[in-house]
Amino acid sequence: MPGMTLYDKLVASHEVARIDDEHVLLYVDLHIMNEYTSPQAFSGLAARGRAVLRPGQQMAVVDHVIPTHPVAPALRVIADEASSRQAGNLKRNCDAQQIALFDTTDPLQGIEHVIAPEHGMVLPGMVVLCGDSHTTTYGALGALGFGIGTSEVEHILATQTLVYRVARNMRIRIDGTLGRGVTAKDLVICVVHRIGAQGARGHAVEFCGEAIDALSAEARMTLCNMTVEAGARAALIAPDATTGAYVAAHAPQLRGDILAQARASWAGLRSDADAVFDVEHVLDAATIAPFVTWGTSPDQAVPIDGVVPDPQAEPDALARLALEKAMDYIGLTPGAPIAGLPIDRVFIGSCTNGRIEDLRAAASVVRGRKVAAGVRAMVVPGSGAVRAQAEAEGVAAQLIEAGFEWRQPGCSMCLAMNDDVLSPGERCASTTNRNFEGRQGRAGRTHLMSPAMAAAAALAGRIVDVREWEK
Amino acid sequence: MNPMIEGVAAPLPFSNLDTDQIMPKQFLRIIDKSGLERGLLYDLRFDADGAPRPGFVLNQPAYAGARILVAGPNFGCGSSREHAVWGLQQFGIRAVIAPSFGEIFYFNAVNNGLLLVSLAPAEVDALLARVSDTAANRVSIDVAAGRVSAADGWTAGFTLPERHRRMYAQGLDMVGASLQRLDEVQRFEAGHWARHPWMKDVARRVRDRLDAGRAD
Repeated sequence: MPGMTLYDKLVASHEVARIDDEHVLLYVDLHIMNEYTSPQAFSGLAARGRAVLRPGQQMAVVDHVIPTHPVAPALRVIADEASSRQAGNLKRNCDAQQIALFDTTDPLQGIEHVIAPEHGMVLPGMVVLCGDSHTTTYGALGALGFGIGTSEVEHILATQTLVYRVARNMRIRIDGTLGRGVTAKDLVICVVHRIGAQGARGHAVEFCGEAIDALSAEARMTLCNMTVEAGARAALIAPDATTGAYVAAHAPQLRGDILAQARASWAGLRSDADAVFDVEHVLDAATIAPFVTWGTSPDQAVPIDGVVPDPQAEPDALARLALEKAMDYIGLTPGAPIAGLPIDRVFIGSCTNGRIEDLRAAASVVRGRKVAAGVRAMVVPGSGAVRAQAEAEGVAAQLIEAGFEWRQPGCSMCLAMNDDVLSPGERCASTTNRNFEGRQGRAGRTHLMSPAMAAAAALAGRIVDVREWEK
Repeated sequence: MNPMIEGVAAPLPFSNLDTDQIMPKQFLRIIDKSGLERGLLYDLRFDADGAPRPGFVLNQPAYAGARILVAGPNFGCGSSREHAVWGLQQFGIRAVIAPSFGEIFYFNAVNNGLLLVSLAPAEVDALLARVSDTAANRVSIDVAAGRVSAADGWTAGFTLPERHRRMYAQGLDMVGASLQRLDEVQRFEAGHWARHPWMKDVARRVRDRLDAGRAD
C-alpha cells in the first residue's frame, strides 16, 4: 500500500464515518461565519427546531459589508439599512447560541481569514471551514481549510460535520529562490496562470520545495488563499519550524505539556515519502517575475514585461471568445504591454494581502515618496490588530505621509459589498484575489498584483515593475 | 423530483462564468432568500440604468421561460455564495449543462436539487450550436436514463454522480440524515479530543483569552 499524503492524513484523522465510495462525514474543528453567508443557515435550523451542537467551535465576524471609514472602532456604524440588518442578525444569532463574535465595533474586528490565524484559532492538523471560498488560506499552517455553501453552514452548525467528497491529490513543487521584488502573490498568480482557472479543480494542492520552505507563514497564507483561483478544493503546506514559530507567537493558549503534545502531533503532518499524487507540477522560482493580471479571470495574467495575448492565436472557439470578452471589458488590445498602463485607483488589503508583512512591503516602497497626482490610493488593513501593529511600527505613518488613505479593517473593495466601490471605467491596481467582471464595481477594471507592485503603481500612476522602484 | 427536464435552453458560451457575475454583490445583502430572481446575471441582463439589454440571450423572446442553461467550462467558479444557485432556481432554471463546474457551486447545486450535467467539451460545443438556433432551442434531459436530447434528435449520454442523483431524486434532508449519526460524532469527538485536547472549543477559549486580556 502506498504512503499517505498530508491531505489523506488530515481527512483520515477527521473521518467520523465513511458514507460511500466518494464521501466521508468529516469532523470540523473550527467553523467560521460571516454576516452574509450564514443568515439562512441559522433560520434553517430554527425552522426545524434544531440546535447548534458545538457553539465553542464556532466563530463569527462582520467583515464583508462593513464600511472602512477611518473612525474609531467604537464609532463604526453601518449606514446601509440592509447591511446593518445583516450585522444585527449575526449578533442576535451569536448571542442566542453563545458563539464567539467579532462585532462591528470590536477593536479586534477584521477579515475572517486574517483574524482566525492571528489569534491562534487555526492550528496545524485542524479542519477549518467557512462559508467563504478563501478558506483555503489555512493550509499555510498545515490545517485543512476550504469554502462551503450556506446549506453546509447549516449542516455544520447542527452536526459539527460535513458530508464531504474526498478530493484528488496534486503536488506543486517550487524549486529555487524567488528573485528580488518577487513575492508569494507573484508566485500564486503565476501558478494560477500556468495551470489555469480550473487547473486544480477537484484537487487538494500540496505546495513544497525550496521556495516554499523559504516563505514566511503570512506569505504562505497569501499563496494558499489564492490557490482556490485555480479551482483547488484545498491548499496545503506541511508544518515546519516556520509554522511552529508562527503558532507559538499567535496561540499563547498552548503551553507546557499541551504544547509539547501538540508539537509531537504536528511532526507527523507531512506526506509520506512514497505517497502518490494524482498530478504533479514543478516550477522554477528563479524564472518568475512580478505578475499582473490583464483580464477578468485570475489566470489571465502576464509577467510585468509581458503583453496582452492575441485571441486570434487561440485555436479553441470558447477560449477565444473568453479572451475577446475579457479584453473588451478591461479595455485593452492584443499586444498591449501591461507595464505603463495608467491607473486611477490603488487598493491594498484583503484576506490575500491585508496582513502586517503586506503593509510593510507597501510602506517600504512608498516611504518618503508621494502617490501620483490623480490617483486615489487606499490601505484597508486586514484586522484591528494589523492596523494597531502598523501604527505602532510606523508603517501606517509612512503610508499616510505618501498619500494613502488609512482605513478601518474589512473585506472592502475586494468584493465591494460595502461603499468602497470602483466607478465605471476606473482602473485599479489591487492586491485582492479576483479580477472578475464587476467584482470591484460595475464596469470597474481590476489588475491583481502584489502589495509592493500596487505601491509602486500608486507612486507612478501606472503599472510599473517594482524592481525599478525599490530603494 | 421530475425525472425529465424539458424546455427552452439558453446558450451562455462563456468560460469561467463566476458566481460574482451569476449573482452580483448588491443582491447579497439579505437575511432570507428573496429577490434573487432579479439579481441573476444582472450586469449581463440589465444596463447601468436597469433597462434590459436586448442583445442578451435571456432577454430575447425566443428564450423566454428558459429552463436550461448551456455554458462553457468551470461554470460557477469563484465565490461560495449559494445565492447563485438560489437565484438560478428562482429564475426558473432547472438544469445547467457545461463541461465542468466550480467545486463549491457544484455542492451548493446538489444540496438544492439544481441539476448539473457535465458533458464533454465537444458535446457542449455541439449543443451550444444547436440551442443558438432560436427555432430549435428546446432540450430534454432524461435524468433517469442519463441522456440529453436536442430538438434535431442529437443526443449525448451523461453519468450523474451517485450522491447528486440521490439528492436530486429524493431531495434528502441532509442535516436530518447526519443527525441520525450524532452518536458516531460524539464517539469520534471523545477520541479526537483525547489526542488533540487543544482543539476542543478552540473558538470560545481564544475569545475568552482575548476578552480577559482586554480586561487587564
